Amino acid sequence: MKNKFLITSLLSTVAVVGLLSFTTPGKKHIATHNAENAGLKLPAGFKADVIADNLGTARHIAVTPQGDIFVKINYNARRNKDAKGIVVLHDNGGGTATVKTSFGNFAGTGVYVKNGYLYASSDVDVFRYKLNDKNEVIDPDKPERIVTGLISRHEHEAKAILLDNAGNLYVNIGAYSNSCQEKDRQKGSMGQKGCPILDSAAGIWQFKANKPDQHYGDGIRYATGLRNVVGMDWNTELNQLFVMQHGRDQLHDIFPDMFTVQQSALLPAECLYAIKKGDNAGWPYIYYDQQQHKKILAPEYGGDGKKTGGENAIDPAVAFPGHLAPNGLLFYTGNQFPAKYKNGAFIAFHGSWNRAPEPQAGYFVVFQPFKDGKPFGYWEVFADGFAGTPEQVASGRADHRPCGLAQAADGSIYVTDDSKGTIYKISYKK
Amino acid sequence: MKLYLRLLLLTAFGFLAVSSYAQQHKTGTKKAPAKKPVAGLSASIAAGQKVYSQYCISCHQADGGGVQHMNPPLIKTTYVLGDKSKINKIVLNGFSEDVDINGDSYSNTMPSFDMLKDQEIADVLTYVRNSFTNKASAVKVSEVTPLRGKK
Repeated sequence: MKNKFLITSLLSTVAVVGLLSFTTPGKKHIATHNAENAGLKLPAGFKADVIADNLGTARHIAVTPQGDIFVKINYNARRNKDAKGIVVLHDNGGGTATVKTSFGNFAGTGVYVKNGYLYASSDVDVFRYKLNDKNEVIDPDKPERIVTGLISRHEHEAKAILLDNAGNLYVNIGAYSNSCQEKDRQKGSMGQKGCPILDSAAGIWQFKANKPDQHYGDGIRYATGLRNVVGMDWNTELNQLFVMQHGRDQLHDIFPDMFTVQQSALLPAECLYAIKKGDNAGWPYIYYDQQQHKKILAPEYGGDGKKTGGENAIDPAVAFPGHLAPNGLLFYTGNQFPAKYKNGAFIAFHGSWNRAPEPQAGYFVVFQPFKDGKPFGYWEVFADGFAGTPEQVASGRADHRPCGLAQAADGSIYVTDDSKGTIYKISYKK
Repeated sequence: MKLYLRLLLLTAFGFLAVSSYAQQHKTGTKKAPAKKPVAGLSASIAAGQKVYSQYCISCHQADGGGVQHMNPPLIKTTYVLGDKSKINKIVLNGFSEDVDINGDSYSNTMPSFDMLKDQEIADVLTYVRNSFTNKASAVKVSEVTPLRGKK
């Protein structure tokens, strides 16, 4: 009798616990999105809506004047052979969107719309699709391969892309290394002399936007010494390329005698660079220290955290705290937002991991004002709360992680989240 | 309605019964005279935690959960709980393959930690195999030593 009682109560306990564990995550998710501004903290006068959700690893995003949105999905190609790499949404206004279609049998990060074509990248190739007069893809099954054979070796594989106004395609090729050590990420290992990675990676390459099947030899190394760039944009005011570099990791892990855990959590800077053809940002020989405001010789190349270096390397336009992981850059050219935002830069910070055991940071969208083509005043957090609670920020167990940015046809901005595949639309309420 | 209430009571009681039983059981084990292997295990776990905080935490994180798409989690994965020689070799030789773990892909470079002593490797792996909700046998020094230099 006692046993029977115990079994009954055990069973019902299991049932209740089971029910709870099934319903709680869903409930929480819905609650976040039903919360004011989809759970985001924004400056006064702004609002946010979730216009799409559960799209998978939603990376970069591109839009058309007709209100179509192309989202690049970096799905796991080994496991999901039938998944699609590009999702097309249509913005219906009023904070809603419809999924129109999906296509493309390649994963990856980059997507860009220009001159009647949709460009999209895998981690090794760049493709393009011809658009019709409504900016819809004509033949989703037959993209034209524009660039092929780019290096992708377990680190910094994402190939961010964009076009200028002169028929050129720019592709980021990230370094397959942290700091070009003889043994990557190994404690105490020194830097390779004349870092060979720079020949084929750690820079921005320029290709022709309309020539099929280009290889390295057809392109130009437009800028070098950039460890890894994911967020980049063409500044139309200056007619110039701007990129956000992911700074190096693990100063303390590799050189514990020179850097404390705390220093390693904040250094080096994540840098915004204004790029001219032929520029060198200095990786792996130097990094930028945002506290000393100096280019510091990397410890792998004889530095000690104080010695400066990189006399020929460019200085950043803006230096942000370390490891925040800038994955999206957008110069705002719209008229919907208040005047101070015009021509300024939005940066989507994916959030840190390399600050552990110190608290993690990031998981927000930042705004850096610009005036006359130059950074003007200090940056500020524009949209926060993607991660969830402050504890989720500190632990890095974020619900949502900002990645891509694009300006909507109506002057709002879109933010992608590559953790849960949420697409946010942020607008100014007049 | 009455039935529902009764069920709720039963459930609550069930919770209490189970948890108090578990508690008793737990304290029971703790109070039992510490056998040598158990003491050895907790010492190894404590030593391993120090190694973990120094060398592993920046990538695999304090909760062992790793980093999305980059650094693999160490929570109940076959790498951690399975064949000990496999994870021993990963620590000794490093790892830079793209892997799928529990449906997610991971890709980053893990360096070799062959500068650690065999004892430190045994300890840190024993710690990992008995933390983050993992429960698995200890890794002994004798299981690390023969793998040095073997790919």
